[in-house]
Amino acid sequence: MSTDSNKKQFWKRNTAKVPGSIQHVYGAQHPPFDPLLHANLIKAGNKPPITLGGKPKKATTFQEFESITSDAWDVGDDDDELLAMAAQNLNIEVVMETANKVIENHSKQQERQRQDDGDISEPDQREEEEAPEDEEEEEEDDEEEQGEELEETNPEVSFASEHSPHSDGRLVKSLSEAPIGSPKDVAGDRAWLHRQQSLPHRPTIPMVARIADQNTSGTPAMTEREASRLDKFKQVLAGPNTDLEELRKLSWSGIPRQVRPITWKLLSGYLPANTERRESTLQRKRQEYFGFIEQYYDSRNDEHHQDTYRQICIDIPRMSPESLVLQPKVTEIHIDIPRTNPLIPLFQQASVQEIFERILFIWAIRHPASGYVQGINDLVTPFFVVYVFEYIEEEVENFDVSSLQEEALRNIEADSFWCMSKLLDGIQDNYTFAQPGIQRKVKALEELVSRIDETVHRHMQQYEVEYLQFAFRWMNNLLMRELPLRCTIRLWDTYQAEPEGFSHFHLYVCAAFLVRWRKEILEERDFQGLMILLQNLPTMHWGNEEVSVLLAEAYRLKFAFADAPNHYKR
Amino acid sequence: MSDESYNFVFKVVLIGESGVGKSNLLSRYTKNEFTHDSRTTIGVEFSTRTVQLDAITIKAQIWDTAGLERYRAITSAYYRGAVGALLVYDITKHLTYESVERWLKELYDHADPHIVVMLVGNKGDLGSVRTVPTEEAKDFAEKKGLLFIETSALDSTNVEDAFQEVLTEGGQSRGHPWVHQCCDPAQYHRTGQRSAEGTQDLLQEPLTGSDRSGSGFTRSQWLIPV
Repeated sequence: MSTDSNKKQFWKRNTAKVPGSIQHVYGAQHPPFDPLLHANLIKAGNKPPITLGGKPKKATTFQEFESITSDAWDVGDDDDELLAMAAQNLNIEVVMETANKVIENHSKQQERQRQDDGDISEPDQREEEEAPEDEEEEEEDDEEEQGEELEETNPEVSFASEHSPHSDGRLVKSLSEAPIGSPKDVAGDRAWLHRQQSLPHRPTIPMVARIADQNTSGTPAMTEREASRLDKFKQVLAGPNTDLEELRKLSWSGIPRQVRPITWKLLSGYLPANTERRESTLQRKRQEYFGFIEQYYDSRNDEHHQDTYRQICIDIPRMSPESLVLQPKVTEIHIDIPRTNPLIPLFQQASVQEIFERILFIWAIRHPASGYVQGINDLVTPFFVVYVFEYIEEEVENFDVSSLQEEALRNIEADSFWCMSKLLDGIQDNYTFAQPGIQRKVKALEELVSRIDETVHRHMQQYEVEYLQFAFRWMNNLLMRELPLRCTIRLWDTYQAEPEGFSHFHLYVCAAFLVRWRKEILEERDFQGLMILLQNLPTMHWGNEEVSVLLAEAYRLKFAFADAPNHYKR
Repeated sequence: MSDESYNFVFKVVLIGESGVGKSNLLSRYTKNEFTHDSRTTIGVEFSTRTVQLDAITIKAQIWDTAGLERYRAITSAYYRGAVGALLVYDITKHLTYESVERWLKELYDHADPHIVVMLVGNKGDLGSVRTVPTEEAKDFAEKKGLLFIETSALDSTNVEDAFQEVLTEGGQSRGHPWVHQCCDPAQYHRTGQRSAEGTQDLLQEPLTGSDRSGSGFTRSQWLIPV
């Protein structure tokens, strides 16, 4: 990132004089608004009339603003519009308050929903019952969460500090974090609820994580909202020329499983936006890759290549999604999770291992500046899994790769290669000699954390934990070693929607991730405890919801700390 | 973390080529676990175990590093403060044994000059496909002033002994806290050595690296009273 070199400009100077803290909160369910884009949308006149008149007057109070936009709440998918209208004013306070409301409201909905849990089995509840492990895992989460409730009942608690919000720009805790995964929440008795202003009732939005999700299971029934999102995607994807901006916007909040393969290929730039050119481009790129195999793969045992190939062959057989999904037990809560993972049979098949070896070998040879670096192998996995699952109808457990036609497998391999290449293009200095990209990012992470959570930062310093000791892996493997695979896949939806998501936005996700564990971190009072905690964070139950909250926090941080103009760059 | 009390913290590092079994040695020793699917170590991984050395309780702080050359720029910092190192190779892969000298150099470039080093031939359960004869490795270790042992993380053979010996030797070379008064590490004997000759070799190693001579290695850095 160019601004990295100029540290002074990297961090936004807090010049705006506003009373209290700048409360930047962004709805996890919504893509980041681009005021220019949204302005265009509004002008296209596809929304109910808004009494804004020519140049909209700046709403000076939230009530004024709300009255202007209240009818927008009634339509299903207009959160974007709401924020777009906010964007028109570019009055940050107002916009962020709006986003805040959205989050609060969602949390409120979820709270209500959970209280109704035992009684009703609505369609949108079905996903809770779909996978039996859900309940189990939620119960466990609950125990973990209970300790946090004290913090959460105080709306004044800042996310990153034990003290009330300071006027130096401390961020307020995201309220949407409150009800994560805990079905037995303190019912109703939450101080923050009283802050909810009465807004028109919105359709219940399921926030419960579908644990067995993300292309790793059969298809549970879709909720209304999911169906509507899928429709929107299909609309954007249909038509002769895909509007990539629109697609990015939609993708930021997660991509429905059915359209993820094509969406990823489009977002990465692998597929052209123009529908007619797609087939020919695919063929061409695939042929090119097959040409690489012919060109390079036979040389893998040659003297100058064999070290690379040997290292790859050491690493690939050791890969198993189980190790990407399950974490060692570090908490006192004993969780009885089946040790087998449905993806293991997939990864143990020789043909799959060969595919990975080929992809990595060819990439390494073609990128001599870095060559193969351990960790890059993990980065193939999400692409491969997503593209393979395009072909899977039945349950993953029964899936045998050899049932795929060879051509299909070859195409999956080629597509994975190209998409992974594109990903790595943006972060190649992570892997060149001495890995300067990673060192820089870890430094930036440290700086960022010192600003957003001084307490955590000082705590780490006190016990001499160096960021490089745990965050190296976060950067090298893009958090894949810290999260279940399903979360990585969801994360990559957003990373591919964001500009420089894998390099720039990832930094903020890491910061949000670290600070997310502040309670656990502050409880550790020696170096050993801290290190072991930080290398074994309890995320094995994480699903969409946790990732959504993480992303919202990251977005908030990015908005607060990055130089503003970068926000609009593509 | 458990609340067991301990008197001191000893830091030990595992080094060696990728795939030799460092991570499994670590998990076997600290968790009594072994897995065939243990994945590539990225950066550094960390685990602990508390043991008794004579009358004192030691918390062994064990660092497992990635084997690949690429990471060395990052991992060199991890040697700091280590009392002992297990330099691991795979007895079935001669190549991993051949790079031991390279690892030794790296070690002496970055670690304390008095660090106790044990050469560990791992995967002893695969003796039938051995490519590194025991005697050869043992002689090499003697020549270089290293401890030597063969282990199997898979069936646990000698894993306890390996760590225990390194910790004991490491402790002895630092002295018990109530015996030694001075803080100058250069005055400690390298009692872990197997031969005077070995000691000589080591002392003749060129002194490179920034922290070689006493700038940072006060006693407190490896014997951390807690």
